[in-house]
Amino acid sequence: MADATTHTRTTFLSRWGQILRDVARRPSGAIGLFLVGLHIIVAIISPAIVPYDFKALDSSLILAPPDADHWLGTDALGRDVFTRLLLGGREALLVCALAIPLTMIWGGLMGVYLGLRGGWVDEVAMRLVDAFLALPGILPLMVFVVIFGAGNEVLIPTLAFFFGIPVIRVARGATHDVVARDYVLAARARGHSRLSIMRRELLPNTLDTLMVEGAMRLSWMLLTFSSLSFLGFGVAPPTPDWGQSISEARVYMSLAPWGVLGPMIALSSLIIGVNLTADALAKTLGIDRSRKAVV
Amino acid sequence: MLALLVRRLALGVVTVWLVSVIIFAGVEVLPGDACTVVLERDAQGEVLENCRKNLGLDRPAFERYIDWASGAAHGDFGVSADGQTKISKEVALRVKNSILLAAGALSVGVPLAIFLGVIAGLARDRFADIFVSTAAIFAMTIPEFVSATILVLVFSIWLGWLPAVVLTPADAPALEFWPEFIPATIVLTMVMVAHIMRMVRSSVIEVMSSEFVQMATLKGVPYGRIVLRHALPSALLPAINVVALTVAWLLGGVVVVEVVFNYPGIGRMTIDAISDRDLPIIQALVMLIAATYVLVNLVADLASMLLNPRLRTLRMRS
Repeated sequence: MADATTHTRTTFLSRWGQILRDVARRPSGAIGLFLVGLHIIVAIISPAIVPYDFKALDSSLILAPPDADHWLGTDALGRDVFTRLLLGGREALLVCALAIPLTMIWGGLMGVYLGLRGGWVDEVAMRLVDAFLALPGILPLMVFVVIFGAGNEVLIPTLAFFFGIPVIRVARGATHDVVARDYVLAARARGHSRLSIMRRELLPNTLDTLMVEGAMRLSWMLLTFSSLSFLGFGVAPPTPDWGQSISEARVYMSLAPWGVLGPMIALSSLIIGVNLTADALAKTLGIDRSRKAVV
Repeated sequence: MLALLVRRLALGVVTVWLVSVIIFAGVEVLPGDACTVVLERDAQGEVLENCRKNLGLDRPAFERYIDWASGAAHGDFGVSADGQTKISKEVALRVKNSILLAAGALSVGVPLAIFLGVIAGLARDRFADIFVSTAAIFAMTIPEFVSATILVLVFSIWLGWLPAVVLTPADAPALEFWPEFIPATIVLTMVMVAHIMRMVRSSVIEVMSSEFVQMATLKGVPYGRIVLRHALPSALLPAINVVALTVAWLLGGVVVVEVVFNYPGIGRMTIDAISDRDLPIIQALVMLIAATYVLVNLVADLASMLLNPRLRTLRMRS
C-alpha cells in the first residue's frame, strides 16, 4: 500500500540511514563500522570500567610483565598499561569529532561559495588556497601548539582551519560539476539570491562528495593528532593518549614490548576502521577518490 | 601552448610569493619575536630594545619583509635567533641528507609501485589485486611511527639485522649513512608505494576498458603487446603528478620518520627549531619546503603537458 505522495519524498535521515545500511553490507564497510563502533563504545564507557587510576604510580612495579593483576603489565612509572590503553583514544576521538564538523562547515561553505561566485574573488581565494597547501603538513600545527599551548581550545580550531583548506578545493570542484545544471539556472532565472541557491540547490547536491571527504579527512586528522602527540606536541601528561604512550614505551621496548604493542594495535585499528568506512562510503555513493592525488 | 606555459609558470611564482607573505605575516602576527625567545625572562625594557635594534627588528615590517624575501631569493636566510648558526650553511647539509633519503626511497619505491599497480590493475578484483590493494590500505593508514616501531622491534631488537637509529653526524659524507638509513627508507617506501600504486591501479583499469584497447584486442594484438605498447604509456601519465607530490613530501615533510630514526634531515631540523622557537630557522625551512613543493608540482605539470597533448589546450586546471 505504498502511498504515492510519501515514497517519493525521502527525508534526509531516511536516506542516510539507507546509505549506512548499504555501507554495512560491504565487507570493508562492515569491518570499518565495527572497528569504529567498538572504539567509540570503549571511549565512552572506559572511565567506568578501568581497573586502576590512570595516573596512579607504583614504584614497586616498574616495567612489570603482564600478570593476573596487570593484564598488560606496567609502564616505566609503574602505571597500569591496560588502564591507559582503554582511556588512550578518548582525547583523539573527542578532538577530531569536534574538529571535523568545523572543518567541513568552513571548507565546504567556502568551496561552494567560491564555486558559485567565480570571478576575481574566486581567483584570489584559490591562489591563497594553493599557497596554504604548499605549507608542509604538520609543521604549522606544531608552531601553533608551541606558541599557544596544546589545549583542546587551541588544537580544535587550528586543526579545523588547516584541514579545511583542501576541503575548499574539493567542495569548489563538486560545485563546478553541478553549477551549470538546469535546476541551478532555473533558480537563477527565478531571481533567487546566492545564499538561497547555495542552500537549496548546491549544498544538497554536493553533500555526498563532502561526506566522503569528511570521512577521509577524519582518518587523516586522527593520524595527525596522534603524530603530534607522539612528537610531544599533543595532550599534556598524565592524560593518557596512544601516540604519547607509544613514544614513551618505545624507549624501553627491548625490555618491555607489552608497553608499545597495545597502543599501536589500538591506534592503527581505529584509523584503519575510519579509512575502511570512508572507502565503503565512497563506493556506495559512487565517488571515486583513488583517481585524485592526495593533498 | 605557450600561453598555457606562461600562465602555469606565473601561477607558480605567485604561489611562492604568497607563501612568503603568509609565513612572514604569520610570524609577525604570532606573539613573541626572536628577541623575546632568546632573552626569555630578561626580555624587557632596555635589553629588549637593544636586542631588537641589533637584529633590526625595530624597523617597519614591510622593510624587513623586503630584506628577508630578497635574501631568501638569493639563498641567504640570515642567522638563527641565537646568532650562532648561519642558516643557509646548516640547511645545505640537511638538504643533502634529505635528498639522500628521498633518493633511496624513490629509486626502490617508484618502480615497485608501478609494478604492483599494473599487476593489481590487470588482475582487477582477483586475488592478486585484493591482496595488493588491502596491503596498500594498511601501508597508507598505519601511522609512520607505528610501522617504524614495528620495524625496529622486529628487525633491530629481535633479529638484530638492522641498526635502530642513525648515529652518524649531520655533516658526515653520504656514504657513511649506510646502512643506518635503511630502516627510515623502508618506512617511507611503504607509504609512497601505497599511494602511487593505488593511482596506477585505477589508471590501468580505466585505460584497459577504453575503446582503443578494446579495438586492439578485437584486431588480434597479443595481450602482452596491448599492455606494454598500447595501455601502459597512457596509463602511467597520471602517475607523474602523484610521484611529484611524493617527491615534495619526501624532501620536506618527513618529520615523524626522521625523528623516530634520529635522521639528521630537514624534518628533524624543523622540529628542533620549533621546539627552540627559533623563528628565523622556522621561517627559512618552511619557506624552503613550500618552494620545493611548488617547484616539484610545476615540473610535474610541465612534464605532463609535454607528454600528453590533451593537456595542451588552454583550459584551467582547477
